Amino acid sequence: MGKSGNSGTSRRRFIAGAAATTGLAAAATALPTRFAIGAKAPIKVGIMLPFTGTYAKLGENITDAMMMRIAAAGDMLGGRPVEYIKLDSEAAPPKAVDNATKLVKGRNVDFVVGPVHSGVAMAMTKVMKKAPKTIMVVPNAGANQLTREACAPNIFRTSFSNWQTSYPIGGELHRRGHKKIVTLTWNYAAGKQMAEAVSEGFANAGGDPSGIENLWIDFPSVSFQPLLTKIAAIKPDAVWVFFSGGGAVKFVKDYAAAIDKKQIPLYGTGFLTEGTTKAQGEAAEGIITTMHWADTLDFPTNKTFMADFETATGRQADVFGVQGYDTGSLLLLAMAAVGGDTGATSDIIKSMENTIVAGPRGGWTMSANHNPIQDIYLRRVENGRNVILGLAHAQLEDPGTGCTL
Amino acid sequence: MPPPAKKRGRLFIWHKHMELSFYLIQALNGVQYGFLLFLVASGLTLVFGVMGIINLAHGSFYMIGAYLAYWLSAMTGNLFIAVLLGLPLSIAVGFAVERFCISFLYARDHLEQVLLTYGLILIFNEGQRILWGNDVYGVAIPNWLSGSITLTDTQSYPVYRLFISFACIAVAVGLYFLIHKTRLGMTIRAGASNREMAQALGIDINNLFAAVFALGAGLAAFSGMIAAPVEAVYPGIGENILVVSLVIVVIGGIGSIRGAFAGAMMIGLADAFGKTLAPDYASFIVYGVMAAVLVWRPQGIFGGSPQ
Amino acid sequence: MTGTAKLRMAILLAVIAGLALVPFVVGEFYLLLMTKIAALAILAISLDLLLGYSGMISFGHAAFLGVGAYAGAMLAPEYEAANMLITLPLSIAAATLVAFLIGVLAIRTSGIYFIMVTLAFAQMAFYVAHDTPFFGGSDGRLIFSKPQVRLGDMVLADLSGNEIYYYTTLGFLIVSYLCLTMIVRSPFGQIIQGIKSNEQRMRALGFPTDKYRLASFVIAGAFAGLAGYLLAYQAEYVSPAMLGWQQSGLLLMMVILGGSGTLWGPAVGAFLLIAVEEFLADLTGHWMGLMGLFIVLIVIFLPHGLAGLAARIYRPTEAEVDDD
Repeated sequence: MGKSGNSGTSRRRFIAGAAATTGLAAAATALPTRFAIGAKAPIKVGIMLPFTGTYAKLGENITDAMMMRIAAAGDMLGGRPVEYIKLDSEAAPPKAVDNATKLVKGRNVDFVVGPVHSGVAMAMTKVMKKAPKTIMVVPNAGANQLTREACAPNIFRTSFSNWQTSYPIGGELHRRGHKKIVTLTWNYAAGKQMAEAVSEGFANAGGDPSGIENLWIDFPSVSFQPLLTKIAAIKPDAVWVFFSGGGAVKFVKDYAAAIDKKQIPLYGTGFLTEGTTKAQGEAAEGIITTMHWADTLDFPTNKTFMADFETATGRQADVFGVQGYDTGSLLLLAMAAVGGDTGATSDIIKSMENTIVAGPRGGWTMSANHNPIQDIYLRRVENGRNVILGLAHAQLEDPGTGCTL
Repeated sequence: MPPPAKKRGRLFIWHKHMELSFYLIQALNGVQYGFLLFLVASGLTLVFGVMGIINLAHGSFYMIGAYLAYWLSAMTGNLFIAVLLGLPLSIAVGFAVERFCISFLYARDHLEQVLLTYGLILIFNEGQRILWGNDVYGVAIPNWLSGSITLTDTQSYPVYRLFISFACIAVAVGLYFLIHKTRLGMTIRAGASNREMAQALGIDINNLFAAVFALGAGLAAFSGMIAAPVEAVYPGIGENILVVSLVIVVIGGIGSIRGAFAGAMMIGLADAFGKTLAPDYASFIVYGVMAAVLVWRPQGIFGGSPQ
Repeated sequence: MTGTAKLRMAILLAVIAGLALVPFVVGEFYLLLMTKIAALAILAISLDLLLGYSGMISFGHAAFLGVGAYAGAMLAPEYEAANMLITLPLSIAAATLVAFLIGVLAIRTSGIYFIMVTLAFAQMAFYVAHDTPFFGGSDGRLIFSKPQVRLGDMVLADLSGNEIYYYTTLGFLIVSYLCLTMIVRSPFGQIIQGIKSNEQRMRALGFPTDKYRLASFVIAGAFAGLAGYLLAYQAEYVSPAMLGWQQSGLLLMMVILGGSGTLWGPAVGAFLLIAVEEFLADLTGHWMGLMGLFIVLIVIFLPHGLAGLAARIYRPTEAEVDDD
């Protein structure tokens, strides 16, 4: 799987590219290490992501983008070389504790980057709380509780909370004058958290939440036709959905074939149209979503990132790549701040809490509960791309309810 | 956090405000889904019935069909050419699998067959990753089938879905003639009802089994191909269809094509109405129907008496 | 015969002694893994009671694992250690009860239909855990800590250390193995084996065969509940995936790989399967495919699993007769 190994030349290209845009690489490599002894010993970064099964592409993109980011800084963290230890999480919660222990105790990693799946993340917190010297950086899993009830000093997230992705569109739906709204997601934790956030945003913006009807489809079923018939019979002003991957492609195509989008417009969480618009084709046109990134974001860091990612991997950049890239940036910044001293855990944590990451999605900081405070963009699919309509919510912070950090 | 607007905990939601047309369209959805399920399940029940093999890799042939439809139609620009090219290819894969794996297992018990075909799933999935990667793909509907029929003021029905139903009916009729009117069909029936007798009558059981297994694989792959334009083509697509087709085969009675048809319709309709009338329990419906049928008739609806 | 019995005893004691030394030679990860394998071995031998002795192929054994695990997790207090003396018996009781309820319906069927009906009930159990917020939903449920053994307020043993938890699990494995060995050698065991080879005859002889099959199903469910409890506290986390059909399939694979109808074979099968998986996953990113190839080759070339291989090496002639 190691896509990183086959691109020696393009790697050198990144070094030039990213150093020019962010200047971080220079900072990271030029800083002298405080500790002479062991300075050459590599910093171990454990990667616990799915490389097989339905989520394999997410794992690949996160890994490649993160490695690309660190390679651009000379493959050094705080002046020390990096050693990656990749492990297939299989998105399988029953294996999560063993796998995380393997990295933390068996391979003595300094950082664990992962996972994609929220159930795996929940199980991993068990291991991380017993290993306060190791830092976990979550590059995707969006379960709210990860940075709420289950938060911990050594657990950070560079992606999003489920609440964050969907709260802003609730207000947007109200502002657009929709009163009768149907929500539809899979009947599982992420879907429920997002649908709740939509209602919350709608109500806080002044909408009447009794106008929202929540529909569910059993996970992981993709036979949407019966629910489309139901939506057509309800005749709402607007429909909001969350699906991803294969489900997103199928839903968007089924919706376009059954319901006139001009009559009942389709809204969604950004994953609906993320890396899937090519497969969705014409059917995706006009869908409005919210997300913490968009491929059309018009500033240099994003453009360079997207071009570099495509050169390095031959695949198109997506939001998962962005999250991986920013994970790489966070590691670089934190290790530069402590001069590569992995023993200075509390300093690393402090620096992670206080840095501003300037990545492809724009600038963001860590909230007190270790979740990004970030811009959420409003996007509409036009000609297969997610075109930015504006900010759905500037610098949105997860409430962190129940986190005592 | 605001109170959830959804009313949970009620077993059934009866839509007073919904008209008769709602239920009719749901019935249409159920029947249409049922046809597709029948097509997948028919190959499985054939292999079950004739060879006594529980082929867990049946879903993998569906997956192969879907990926071939994507791959070949991207290359040739035409779904029908893709089907014409892909079908023999997947039948050949089925034939090879029978020769090099399944044929060792005829004297063994069901359990080892289950295990072997489970191993095959893993191998096929690896092959899919190597050949086509982990991306999600879409397949375009052929232009002349891409229209929609208006059903109500808010809903229309894609022509391609109706086309799938007609294709399934055509295959079902074809299967009926194959089994009841041809020589191959006669040997299949003989093989299914009494293997020793068939052998005594001079039927080459090895060739028969290879042919049946390849036919089963072909049916699964064909369903994957024609479903591809309304499905998304993604890793794991085979497993999703596998479990539900196993359920259908068991409901209908193992080895019974008629049974597979009845089972597919039951599951299709139960899915359509269950998802909308009892959404909180939708995930149980498929299994609930199966458990209920088996408790009522332990050998399935059209199954013979248990041996 | 006595020679064989003595040899078997010697091998068993040697294996136990070897397993007892594990914490002294391996790191925390492998200790955790061995704990998991020990719990999975209990599952495998309990499934062997069904497969190898009762002729009932259950594709839903993970359901009882799940009931034991979830009962253990639900009974644990939110912010303190659970008392094993209370929670373990209750969890086993829950698994036993569910096994009885499913069993009453499932034993009406046989053969492939039995495989499928057990799968159906297990999938329903899966969706109860997956869809119901009460049980933690799709993200699963965390357990505060490993259990304690308490009498009143007196803590007799705190199982929070990895070593002691390993020994506890190993102890339960040995006890389960001995219990199940006694069961299959008892008159009850003889009868269920008689039913496996010829149910008609046993019924004609006046045995209520359905009741015996049900009893066997329930006993296996109880041991699976025990193993589920141990697995839940090994990870201090439960998730719906523990009940999924893939999990049931994995358990079947352990039994077949080891050789059904031997009890010891499936326990070894549990070890080997997890070990091979670990090995391949470390080796290459394409380990899934290699795992598939491994399974296919094992099935084709080792018809009776490892136990069959051992028998062939040990007594070639008898094994040939077995092979038939």
